[in-house]
Amino acid sequence: MAEASYPEDLKYHPEHDWARIEGDEAVLGVTWYAQDSLGEVVFFEGPEVGSEVTKDQPYAEVESVKAVSDVVAPVSGEVIAVNEALADAPESINADPYQSGWLVRIRLSDPSEVDGLMDAAAYAASLE
Amino acid sequence: MEAELRRTPLFDTHVEAGGKLVPFAGWEMPVSYDGIKEEHIAVRTHAGIFDVSHMGQIEVEGPGSLRFLQRLVTNDVSKIAVGGAQYSLLLNEDGGVIDDLFVYRLGPDRYLVVTNAGNHETDLIQFGLVAREFDVYVRDVSASYAMLAVQGPNARRTVAAQLHVELPPRMGVKAQRIGNRPALICGTGYTGEDGVELLIDPDIAPAIWSELVDAGVVPCGLGARDTLRLEACFHLHGNDLSADTDPISAGLGWACEEETGFIGAERIAALRAGGTDERLAPFVIEGAGIPRPGNPVVLGDETVGEVTSGTFSPSLDRGIGMAYLRSDLAEPGTALEIDVRGKRRAARVSSKPLYSKER
Repeated sequence: MAEASYPEDLKYHPEHDWARIEGDEAVLGVTWYAQDSLGEVVFFEGPEVGSEVTKDQPYAEVESVKAVSDVVAPVSGEVIAVNEALADAPESINADPYQSGWLVRIRLSDPSEVDGLMDAAAYAASLE
Repeated sequence: MEAELRRTPLFDTHVEAGGKLVPFAGWEMPVSYDGIKEEHIAVRTHAGIFDVSHMGQIEVEGPGSLRFLQRLVTNDVSKIAVGGAQYSLLLNEDGGVIDDLFVYRLGPDRYLVVTNAGNHETDLIQFGLVAREFDVYVRDVSASYAMLAVQGPNARRTVAAQLHVELPPRMGVKAQRIGNRPALICGTGYTGEDGVELLIDPDIAPAIWSELVDAGVVPCGLGARDTLRLEACFHLHGNDLSADTDPISAGLGWACEEETGFIGAERIAALRAGGTDERLAPFVIEGAGIPRPGNPVVLGDETVGEVTSGTFSPSLDRGIGMAYLRSDLAEPGTALEIDVRGKRRAARVSSKPLYSKER
């Protein structure tokens, strides 16, 4: 998508990651700002299903033609799904970072961590 | 404190066009406009335009020009006819590569040398030191030129039609008028495609750029320039060449003619005769992964080389690179692994170029 967008229903981490909280699970991805800074994503390799991600720690890498960037977990948990479609279509991370460009789904190990994340307005303000 | 970044005559044009500007070799340059992949494909299939005004130009003039250049650079300058061009190297006494250059012969005793931005000042010092022994006049003329590279299968015809100029043949140079000012058109490039490089008056550069873009030539940044040159296996000084690497290991023995007596020739002759421990070789990643400069090349438990250039190839849709490898492993077809941040990626040594239309 060409224009900056930060959906209201997501929670945000200062390292430009988002989380969509669904009960005791969360879907994770990178924000519009992150993909715009990186440029066209040409490679994503996710973590293994069953592995653990830890809040504030990198769990995957996204690469553009020019650069590689760590993806930081906004919340902790066990990986229960990885977006396999990105292997063949990593450009979805640019085209649709909040829907088809999702990265992983996790089962939250500490749901209280969600309270520490920013809402859309706070995150957008942090980019000013 | 970092020194202030220099700007080319096209800086405002890049900003207006939405170019992403980054520091490069002391200059603030566009890395891309609409995306590196699109720009790359535009050059491979149509035509792209690059601002390469950060590159330096040194003019050499006088009765001692030929003998001076034979001493200074590695290739046989006597083979360049008036209106011709040649790739060459500037070496130190130990055979290390100070810079790689293009030499254009503008007249019987007049040459223009195009340098890399990051090495231009070092080159000038070397030119000046060596010039003391010869009857030549060396001038830094970088400020007199903006430099635009127009590259791709439709580049020549678009330039000829839009600017009403006669073009030199490939590897030639022709003096023409562009925008009613003196200009040089060079039949050279750094993309593996046909095309020209225009050396024009800085004042008219924005107008010429816009005219070509309005005619459908796609603005391209340094990002696409890098992916294009790596697919073509052209060296980048600072990555694949340095004062610590020699031309024989780098696969540039063809650009060295020792009998001309250039600085470093003895060392190059010895390396050519005795062989080198390492050789620069292009490779392709066989599956997932993108190699980057500095990645170790491994075979079993042994480190056998290091990646000096690595990127994602938009034409091949996979990771590609060049690496200095133990010489016995530098043959096309050799299977290796690249250690990309702790993950081993299968790779195979390839022949040059990595991408070519003729294949």
